[in-house]
Amino acid sequence: MAIKLHDYGLSGSCYKVRLLLDFLELDYEVEKIDFYPGRQHKSLDFLEINPLGQIPVLDDDGTRLRDAQAILCHIANKYDASGRWLPHDPARFGQVMMWLMFAGGELMAASAARLHDVMGYRLDIEAARRNAHAAFRILDDHLTEREIEGGQWIVGEEPTVADIACFPYTALAGDGGIGHEDYPALRNWMRAFRRLPRFQPMSGIAEFT
Amino acid sequence: MAVTTDQVVLNEWVACGWHGQVPMGQSYDTVIFGQEICVSRKGAEEYEVAVIEENGATGRTLPVQVRYTCIFTTLGNPTRPLPVIAEFDEDDRRIIGCGSVGVRTSPYRIIENFLDMAHFSFVHTNVLGAPDQTEVLAYKTEHRKDVDEIWALDCKFYQPAASTASAGGQMTDYVYRVMSPFSVMLYKNVFGDPARNDAICLFVQPMAETECLAYMPMALVDEISTPEGIIDFQQGIFLQDRIILENQRPTLLPLDPTIELPTRADASSIAFRRWLKAMNLQFGIYEKQAA
Repeated sequence: MAIKLHDYGLSGSCYKVRLLLDFLELDYEVEKIDFYPGRQHKSLDFLEINPLGQIPVLDDDGTRLRDAQAILCHIANKYDASGRWLPHDPARFGQVMMWLMFAGGELMAASAARLHDVMGYRLDIEAARRNAHAAFRILDDHLTEREIEGGQWIVGEEPTVADIACFPYTALAGDGGIGHEDYPALRNWMRAFRRLPRFQPMSGIAEFT
Repeated sequence: MAVTTDQVVLNEWVACGWHGQVPMGQSYDTVIFGQEICVSRKGAEEYEVAVIEENGATGRTLPVQVRYTCIFTTLGNPTRPLPVIAEFDEDDRRIIGCGSVGVRTSPYRIIENFLDMAHFSFVHTNVLGAPDQTEVLAYKTEHRKDVDEIWALDCKFYQPAASTASAGGQMTDYVYRVMSPFSVMLYKNVFGDPARNDAICLFVQPMAETECLAYMPMALVDEISTPEGIIDFQQGIFLQDRIILENQRPTLLPLDPTIELPTRADASSIAFRRWLKAMNLQFGIYEKQAA
């Protein structure tokens, strides 16, 4: 059995996968991709690995997967015997899926703002920041409700893959010129997340917010 | 955005792109000192840089040089040439650029951060510094008047993982060299070969007073690491710095030594700020000095 992650250190999406692999104490091999400036993810060789030209990609014992959210579910489903990271009970499964889709969808506006500010991507930065703020408002409202219920995580009483999927681009928002000032529940949740055992930071994640 | 009137900085060569940023025959618009410019790639290693007038018309053509993986230009009449960095011409060197990274702060804050060793253990924990070995030992600084450069010599710092080639911790010897207000480099001893130094540069493209692009070309002695791994390492380090840099206030650099009190470890910063003050430059400076 060998797990290989096609990885780029500055990618928040790759970071999602690294976080879960570390939480589960799984050994894995890393194949670094020169995302920027090399655009290796758009090279012919890489398009054979993922025709969408996106990272991360996971190779796991003959199974090749793209999409960070799909990879999180695969790893949790296969390796987390406790079932804690991907709960299957009817009360939680659907909600975890819903927030996973949110992480891969609406929340990616924060990633776009970061690509613009850090790597000079030409895109509508005002729209990206506006959409990221709208997504943070929704997640902050949800986490405020959870706090009122006495909960700390996005779904249920324990962290799940939904928390892992939502964490990177929320925490990296500052890289794209988006502050956390208006989101107190997000800040509480990020603090709790950073305290999880075996949590590893990545470049750009503020330790002081 | 107004073009700066500070003739001191206008007379410097500054980076305005990295070689390979656009394919042959294509061009891109960027900004230096508030001036919009167009960079066109005319050949494999041939670029043309022209001013874009306020009405959008193409204005005068600017001098251009392609060196150290970067494209350099100037809006004025440079008093100093591009620095000579001999390591980039050595045959066995790995020459690697890292594109550019946007940073919202004064160009000199970026240069100063590059010169600073005191943050290694706290910002680059377990890589460029260890949490239990934080001391910056005394080092020397000098103003080399013949080339008008600031040097910091005899710098030493314990590093758990000094580079991608490192197999363990080492006491790293550093020499720092500030070649212009917008360019700095360091020499650090190669893991396992004390006779040779890696050369790592930082060139700043000042778009506006607190809006910059940073370029990090390297000439390394490393037969093992992949280019992807080297780029990943260097960008990872710089993005750790970037969040600190963007949160420093004021964003403009104060030259009055009573505004940000230096310690012994800041000797290179003291020399750098004194040098900037003597140049009487104003762009990106906190106090608007008397002209």
